[in-house]
Amino acid sequence: MAATWDEVQEGQSIPELRKNCSTQQLVIWAAGSGDFYQIHYDPGFATKTGLKDIIVHGALKNAFLGQAVHDWIGGNGKIKKYGCSYRGMDYPNEDIVCKGVIKRKYEENGEKLVDVEVWTENPEGKQTTPGYATVVFK
Amino acid sequence: MAEPLITPELQATIGQKSKPRLHEVDKLQIRLFARSVGHTDPIYYDEEAAKAAGYRSLVCPPGYLGTPVFNPKQAEPAMPMQGTGPQPSRPLNRILNGGTEIEYFDDICAGDVLEAVGYTSDLQEREGSIGQMLITTSKTEYTRKSDGKLVAVATGTGIRY
Repeated sequence: MAATWDEVQEGQSIPELRKNCSTQQLVIWAAGSGDFYQIHYDPGFATKTGLKDIIVHGALKNAFLGQAVHDWIGGNGKIKKYGCSYRGMDYPNEDIVCKGVIKRKYEENGEKLVDVEVWTENPEGKQTTPGYATVVFK
Repeated sequence: MAEPLITPELQATIGQKSKPRLHEVDKLQIRLFARSVGHTDPIYYDEEAAKAAGYRSLVCPPGYLGTPVFNPKQAEPAMPMQGTGPQPSRPLNRILNGGTEIEYFDDICAGDVLEAVGYTSDLQEREGSIGQMLITTSKTEYTRKSDGKLVAVATGTGIRY
């Protein structure tokens, strides 16, 4: 069930969203996003630039975090602002787990707002994409 | 101390706005974007579901701000972090995408046509583990053509070294 303004509390976690990209998903993302850089689907190209394999697009991880927040609030709210930093690479066929914790619940200019810290974790538990979101509840 | 990367000419590019570029938001691309992420909410796929949820049509999933209108007579847009104008005092060939942020001011739905205007908002240089780095913050403002409303601002951080 989607979270509601009344039940959200600082310190709560948002539901985890587990992703594991097939190479096919990366190709669909390339078409969906318009990012056709070859390091995301051509292993020969990727290794020639010094990478160990093709890597997951940073913007796709950003979109995963957006989905994690959207799925948490459902139709009860909207994302007002969100972003992330790209700190580590992720690879296809490895888990990317999106997590989040509510940092602040407040009202400002008549809006019901919640700040959430979000991040993706790789299989070693490292945060590869730390970010944040501000959502406005109905 | 190495020579500063940021020349006066480069510094002067801060705030200089690009020509507007058209981004179209349409149903096919919203569905494809949502599918590629793995979204399951029908507001990204089914127009009736989107309208029932209060949207004018399919709504953009987080991170999607329309697709630039392709023109085969124009060169591919340059890497926005690299630009084609004044360059740093020595060539920096490697680029890292440092991060992104989007602030929304309204729903963006299928049928919207957005004008995207980009500019460099900040330049910093820093000495890091990878050596001398140039950190460029660029902003893109998305304005809906039909009503002239600023609907989103995207901020990107590029690291060149």
